[in-house]
Amino acid sequence: MAPGEAAEDRPRRIVAPVTPADRLFRSGLRAAGMSVFVIMGLVALFLLLRGLQALRVAGGSFFTQTAWKPGSFGVASVLPDGVMIAVVALLIAVPVSLTTAVFISEYAPLWLRSFLISLVDLMAAIPSIVYGLWGLVFLQPNIVGLVRWMALHLGGFLPFLHVPEADIPSSYTSSTFIAGVVVSLMITPYITSLSREVMSQAPRGEREGAYALGSTRWGMVRSVVLPYSRGGIVGAVMIGFGRAMGETIAVALIISPNFSVTWHVLQNGANSIPSLIALRFGESDDLGLSALMAAGLVLFALTLGVNVLASTIISRSRTGAATAD
Amino acid sequence: MATTTSQAPVESGAEPRPEAPAPAAPERRIRVGGLTGPGVASLLGALGGSLALTWLLYERILPLSGGQGFLLAWFLLFNALYFLVGRTQWDPRTARENSVRALAVSAGALVVTMIGFQIGFVAWKGWDAAHHQNFYTQDMEHSGALSPLDSGGAFDAIVGTLEQLGLATLFSVPLGIATAVYLSEVGGRAARAVRTVVEAMTALPSIVAGLFVLGVVILTLGLQKSGFAASLALSVMMMPIITRAAEVVLRLVPGTLREASYALGSSHWRTVWTVVLPTARRGLVTAVLLGMARGVGETSPVLLTSGFTSHTNWNPFSDHQVSLPLYIWNYVRQPYPYMVARGFAAAMALMGIVLLLFVTARLLGGRTTKEGTR
Repeated sequence: MAPGEAAEDRPRRIVAPVTPADRLFRSGLRAAGMSVFVIMGLVALFLLLRGLQALRVAGGSFFTQTAWKPGSFGVASVLPDGVMIAVVALLIAVPVSLTTAVFISEYAPLWLRSFLISLVDLMAAIPSIVYGLWGLVFLQPNIVGLVRWMALHLGGFLPFLHVPEADIPSSYTSSTFIAGVVVSLMITPYITSLSREVMSQAPRGEREGAYALGSTRWGMVRSVVLPYSRGGIVGAVMIGFGRAMGETIAVALIISPNFSVTWHVLQNGANSIPSLIALRFGESDDLGLSALMAAGLVLFALTLGVNVLASTIISRSRTGAATAD
Repeated sequence: MATTTSQAPVESGAEPRPEAPAPAAPERRIRVGGLTGPGVASLLGALGGSLALTWLLYERILPLSGGQGFLLAWFLLFNALYFLVGRTQWDPRTARENSVRALAVSAGALVVTMIGFQIGFVAWKGWDAAHHQNFYTQDMEHSGALSPLDSGGAFDAIVGTLEQLGLATLFSVPLGIATAVYLSEVGGRAARAVRTVVEAMTALPSIVAGLFVLGVVILTLGLQKSGFAASLALSVMMMPIITRAAEVVLRLVPGTLREASYALGSSHWRTVWTVVLPTARRGLVTAVLLGMARGVGETSPVLLTSGFTSHTNWNPFSDHQVSLPLYIWNYVRQPYPYMVARGFAAAMALMGIVLLLFVTARLLGGRTTKEGTR
């Protein structure tokens, strides 16, 4: 054979043998992964199946009826009321969380940073009933003064702060506002840790560039970190909204339920879907339970939608940022 | 950022360089940031001034009262005053920078204070009932709402909590870790969808998890409310948390270790089993402990699925079984001070369990954030 014939010297084809054990292993893992779909599917399926009876009875009025009585029920008051609690919570939690996130990722010294990150994680792990107890026993009696001041002095020109029966002290308690304050504490760790994470991923080069141009730290944050992490922050706020919509026990402990849409946030009486379920399921008959399942389905669909949208925004902002530099 | 206008000419040779730096001036260290005398003085001055002003407004001039309002007004006045004080001596940029720093520090301090406050409040209110030893050894079967605190306790709830948490861990750990291994070791397009669903599942409202188990296990399969049903609901809550934390840890296992294992001729499952999982062991334990810390405090799933009882039920598979969150929920809403005190003591015990799990997780795994375990 002539030495020039290189055709013989082709690289060997490498075939990674997949043993039966490997195949079994991978399909086992795949099954575990798919179980997530199965669980979420089953949740939707069973809420629908169980809620069908009530949805049939109520028909379209399920979304227009405000009362929640045997035979006539609907989410037209609990859903907007729950959204109001979540909005109050966001109004308080978003500024606090974002400033805290800026503090942790930009201002805190290194030794403090990891400690604060753990602490924020711990704040997320505090049981919701503990927050509820704090809100019920400590916050409520103490915040009444502030609430009354807001109602008397700001209620005149901001109609949603108005409280109708202003002479009675009890018309300032168990309100959307107080529930919102407690829920704001519970969603703060989620918004903080998510937005801190995106802030800390702001590219180093741009940060140093801003400093090199003579920027102060705040100037750097405003012109590099915040624009860079805008998408992530929007996603974090939406995740916080979803959490706030789903908070049960703390809200249920504090509010006194009422079934007309409460536009006056400082006024006694509030409601939300999860607390409705928690407070009513014990005294419900078959149809009542089915109606609660239907309400649960509405909550499930809402939070699922909000969260999928939020995580899409977050992951898109991340990938976009990765290709930008 | 505005570009600098006074740029030095850089064409080489256009201008002769100065022969030597001015010899007399000793080199001065340039300090960027840090504490300076005037800075500290302005901070303290603004703090004191705003406190005095708030007191004056609150107690003497305006008809106001209330602790929160006072603190809020103090905070707002402080920020305004601090900026103004800064403005008298620094340029606007520096004054703004200092104001933002003060704002950021106070937000961090607020969050830390709130966490300390929650824990301290529960401990303080719970101590009344929790310092009686019988609180940990007796249940409420023979104690009524008016029995003093030296009888009755939360033994039933502690047993229930530990058993339900144990079962839930048993169910959620294999599934959660297997899913995490799938996400990080198998991957592919399906894995991305799985990850999205896992994230959505972490945000599943806990009451929906409870309704789900209520609908499936109790209404459809016809089992009675029990600790077992509660542990299923808890597993639904814990599994995605464990998966997410475990996936982060598994991703940190260096790829070179996997390649070394493949180069030695081992198969995929051998690599995962003998290289990847042992390397990530500590992080995985942390993930599980964090999941447990989150699961143990969940109230609403338990509320719908376990049923309430006041006697100790050792068997989670039959009959109602109370747990700490449910115990708190039931007793704290009663109009009897002793019962509320017991509820708070149970909250303190629950908080203690959460803290124990959380601190152990942190000590074991270091930090399990995106920055990685150390």
